[in-house]
Amino acid sequence: MFDQQTVEMLLVGVWDTLYMTVVATFFSYVFGMVMGVTLVICRKDGIRPNALVYGVLDVVVNLTRSFPFLILMIAVIPFTRFLVGTTIGNNATVVPLVLAAAPFVARLVESSLLEVDHGVVEAAQSMGASTWQIISKVLLPEARPSLINGSAVSAITILGYSAMSGAVGGGGLGKLAIMYGYNRYQTDIMIITVVLLIVIVQAFQSFGNWATRRSDKRTP
Amino acid sequence: MTHSPDTRPSPHSDSPPVSPADTARSPIISIRGLEKRFSGAHTDIFALRGIDLDIGRGDIFGIIGKSGAGKSTLVRCINMLERPTGGQVLFEGQDLCILPDAALREARRSMGMIFQQFNLLMQRTALQNVCFPLELTGVKSAAATQRARELLELVGLASRMDSYPSQLSGGQKQRVAIARALATNPRVLLCDEATSALDPATTDSILALIKDINAQLGITAVVITHEMSVIEKICSHVAIISKGVIVEHGLVEDIFFHPQSEAARRLVLPEALQNLPAGTYHRLIFNGRSSFEPVISNIVLECGCPVNIMYADTRDINGEAFGQMVLQLPEQEAARARILAYAKAHSILLEEMRHV
Repeated sequence: MFDQQTVEMLLVGVWDTLYMTVVATFFSYVFGMVMGVTLVICRKDGIRPNALVYGVLDVVVNLTRSFPFLILMIAVIPFTRFLVGTTIGNNATVVPLVLAAAPFVARLVESSLLEVDHGVVEAAQSMGASTWQIISKVLLPEARPSLINGSAVSAITILGYSAMSGAVGGGGLGKLAIMYGYNRYQTDIMIITVVLLIVIVQAFQSFGNWATRRSDKRTP
Repeated sequence: MTHSPDTRPSPHSDSPPVSPADTARSPIISIRGLEKRFSGAHTDIFALRGIDLDIGRGDIFGIIGKSGAGKSTLVRCINMLERPTGGQVLFEGQDLCILPDAALREARRSMGMIFQQFNLLMQRTALQNVCFPLELTGVKSAAATQRARELLELVGLASRMDSYPSQLSGGQKQRVAIARALATNPRVLLCDEATSALDPATTDSILALIKDINAQLGITAVVITHEMSVIEKICSHVAIISKGVIVEHGLVEDIFFHPQSEAARRLVLPEALQNLPAGTYHRLIFNGRSSFEPVISNIVLECGCPVNIMYADTRDINGEAFGQMVLQLPEQEAARARILAYAKAHSILLEEMRHV
């Protein structure tokens, strides 16, 4: 159906998309996890209530999440150039991806951690657990299934953003769909990239569901 | 409980030796002028006010009250899960209210706590749950697992060590919670409505376990409940809390024999007080001795006048059977006096109660 060059191009596209998604998801979690945990412990009924920290972080997260991704990506171009030295290609795309996804991850982590029964946290406190021990030994492990589920959702959202980045210098399947499918009216390329994206999303979600089920000990 | 003596966890190395003299001398927990105030929109609400209590070493101390009376707030103030807004909580002479965080965490390890909803870690097995408090204190994994095994044997769950909480029944979960609370060799076990989510048979077995732990390991227990039967089954002392205030406290037998407050009487005679018409009654209490004698028949025969039995029941207080009857004595002063004199002469406990 396609010549070898096209197949190779598509394969590179898949690789680029996976690379951006995985790397951006990883860094989004590095920052989002910290923000999410901070939001949970600093809230009014948290284990370390701090109205100032909570208030500031809450506003920052909401602000960043309000930005349309495309606008954010263009707005942070100077920052991206400063960080990776270029504004096109996979690594350059990861920067706005992380900036856009980290607050989203923070909210997901926050809601996962809030699902942990407050009684269990109290039990840990009654045993003399420190704040850090409650985070590392109670909140995160008890929320593990929900966090895994959330990470599949995040990865899929980031995958969608990465496709959008194809419009302004990003790589991957999104770029192929826009460049060949949209600008050059090659409908077959457009269709195949969309199908590939669907397959990747399905794979992420299925893997996420499987891992969530496997890690959850709440159902006998 | 089925276990051999050598599986019993050894007493804490630095816990002071427990002798009968200590019991009389120094309470393990002293509460002085404790107050917990919640700031409301318009007025402040006092959940607890002017609480003074001494809990003796080795006692099983019950705190009973209706829901909303403040009993849970009180027990949570003992280990500072709830911060009191006034007063002192002295644990072995140390005021917990003013302890810095690190020292408070240390003190909390000497006070195990179990909850109505068990509060086990759902993603850990029974064994890992019991290891949890040991991990917090930095005990090596092998040693923690060893101790957790011993404790699960102690609470009769040797066969379910690798089960997750979702695979256990309510009673089994509470046993895991008890084993977990005992892991750090506490001197006190706080039980916050520990049997309220359990059926009667399971409740009895959990109460028996708490009593066993108290007897064998010398751990002081503070038992919060809304059920008089829980108090009667295992407690040596009881405090009755109503609207955030301790209205009466003392030995369980004393409260049972001579309830002073309205709240205490309502606990000792719950059904009787609902059904009696207003008037003056006498309450007759049978202890071990008098339950073998035909007390009522003797009164009637000796005094030559009838009595009306309004209410009767029996209670099992700390393994001893006690009975009580609410009697209506004859209207005539002379007959009434004869009965009271007879009771006094035969040391039968007969006390007047006015019911409105």
